[in-house]
Amino acid sequence: MPQLNANGVRIDDTFAEAFAMRATAVIITAPAVRWARQAAQTMTGFATSIIGCGCEAGIDCEIAADATPDGRPGVRVLLFAVSTTELQKQLQNRVGQCVLTSPGSACYAGLEAEEELKLGNALRFFGDGWQISKRFGDKRYWRVPVMDGEFVCEATTGLTKSAVGGGNIVLMGADAQKTLVAAEAAVASIAAVPDVIVPFPGGIARSGSKVGSKYKGAAASTNDAYCPTLKGCGRSELDADIGSVLEIVIDGLTPASVAAAMRAGIAATVALGPERGILRIGAGNYGGKLGPHHFHLKDLVP
Amino acid sequence: MTALVFSLREQPMQRLDLSPLVPNRLANLSPAEIQRIELQTTRQRLCVGDVFRVQMGDAELIRFEGGHERLDRIGYGMERGEIHVHGDVGCQAGRLMNGGKLYIAGTAGPWAGSGMKAGLIEITGSAGDRLGGPLAGETAGMRGGVVIVRKDAGERAGDRLRRGMIIIEGDAAAYAGSRMIAGTLIVRGRAGPLPGYLMSRGTIVLAEGSNVLSPTFADCGVHDLLSNALMAAFIKPYSSELAEFVRTPLRRLMGDMAGVGKGEILYPPA
Repeated sequence: MPQLNANGVRIDDTFAEAFAMRATAVIITAPAVRWARQAAQTMTGFATSIIGCGCEAGIDCEIAADATPDGRPGVRVLLFAVSTTELQKQLQNRVGQCVLTSPGSACYAGLEAEEELKLGNALRFFGDGWQISKRFGDKRYWRVPVMDGEFVCEATTGLTKSAVGGGNIVLMGADAQKTLVAAEAAVASIAAVPDVIVPFPGGIARSGSKVGSKYKGAAASTNDAYCPTLKGCGRSELDADIGSVLEIVIDGLTPASVAAAMRAGIAATVALGPERGILRIGAGNYGGKLGPHHFHLKDLVP
Repeated sequence: MTALVFSLREQPMQRLDLSPLVPNRLANLSPAEIQRIELQTTRQRLCVGDVFRVQMGDAELIRFEGGHERLDRIGYGMERGEIHVHGDVGCQAGRLMNGGKLYIAGTAGPWAGSGMKAGLIEITGSAGDRLGGPLAGETAGMRGGVVIVRKDAGERAGDRLRRGMIIIEGDAAAYAGSRMIAGTLIVRGRAGPLPGYLMSRGTIVLAEGSNVLSPTFADCGVHDLLSNALMAAFIKPYSSELAEFVRTPLRRLMGDMAGVGKGEILYPPA
């Protein structure tokens, strides 16, 4: 594959192929940022891939107390799914089971959009008739009595149909340790980009997948072309000096945010150079026929 | 923007219906057409030109120079723009307002903001009885928007309030928030007897308590309600002192248990 070179790191002349998704966002607040983060982490646990989790979700950013609706520290969470129905179901279940239950929590809309999903409007029934609706200006909230006081939840949150899922960079290094160092640097850099999440554990996927399988019923299976232990199988995409591969999958509310995140991730790994980080950067695609969004690495190299 | 100014020539000899003098009804009217608008409520015909000296300007900004308690229905059905009244107004100021801002630098009569749906009314003086309330036969009073009274309000302020917010910075007379359906009523001063009488839902905040509280309100203890932080953020532009007050822990009284009982009065803790 033709390659570019940046700071000694080889960059494939290829592209990440991403898909249109439905997405929403909520802001979780709590008496302390620790508890806001806890609720957000619980809500976004088991939300790495739509293949098996129903949605992809993660923490976008922390929000200072003076910028949240109720003046307490908060965390913004993004959720992505393939259909509005599934997104509504995942939002309702995850906020209901993980945020409503978390001490001192409250939940607000994290996205303003013309189309809306039910938030408090779906969860209010937990109040069993004791719930109270309050409207201040154009915002409506539900107050649901709970054992530590009240769970306050905005009635709705925004839905966007122009979100993008599956932006990615594939980081290829000499060994597992250096590749992980580079991946961590990329994730840290992407964390500063607004409106994106990296849904895999710690933002990093080690089991990148291909579509399909030799076994019936499996929609995805290991990406054998990028497994270093299969370099001799005949269809490997790896060079002789590559000993470990990690992938960073990026979901964003807009194509521009995904591109910004990929650019940030590439810049961070390139900055490390081949000695401390990785030797090569690639991206996952399906030949360009499945996903409408193509993010070419050559356009994103610093 | 140059204001369209109506200067009162003299005290009107009859009650006048000023409901046609709102931005949405005056837009695109010529000076002669405005002068010919009839305002009388008796058989004696009175037109705008008879009552006011008119200084033409943009109808989106209307100013009344001089007021009187016989000037009824100012801002009736207003949908946009601003009306500034320098003086007192009669009954039903801002009734059925659906947008825009009505500023009254004086005293308002009864039913100010009656049935209002949206917009803002600010009354720098006092307001009469049934602030925001329904007229006889109507099932709901104010159903949206914000009303601020800088001094006192008469009896049954917020009667059958359904949505929206009423802020009274002075005292409220008897039965404040009577028969409230929902919405929020805040009284900075003291409330007269029996606030929240037969209220179904909604919130009444009484910063200095009430003379007589109905025994049909059940004490739920003192709470630092998170929803009050949202309320404080909303009312801060209108009344920063009250915004600070609602952030403090308050006693929650459920009621009126003689009725639906899903409303609340937030009361000083002591």
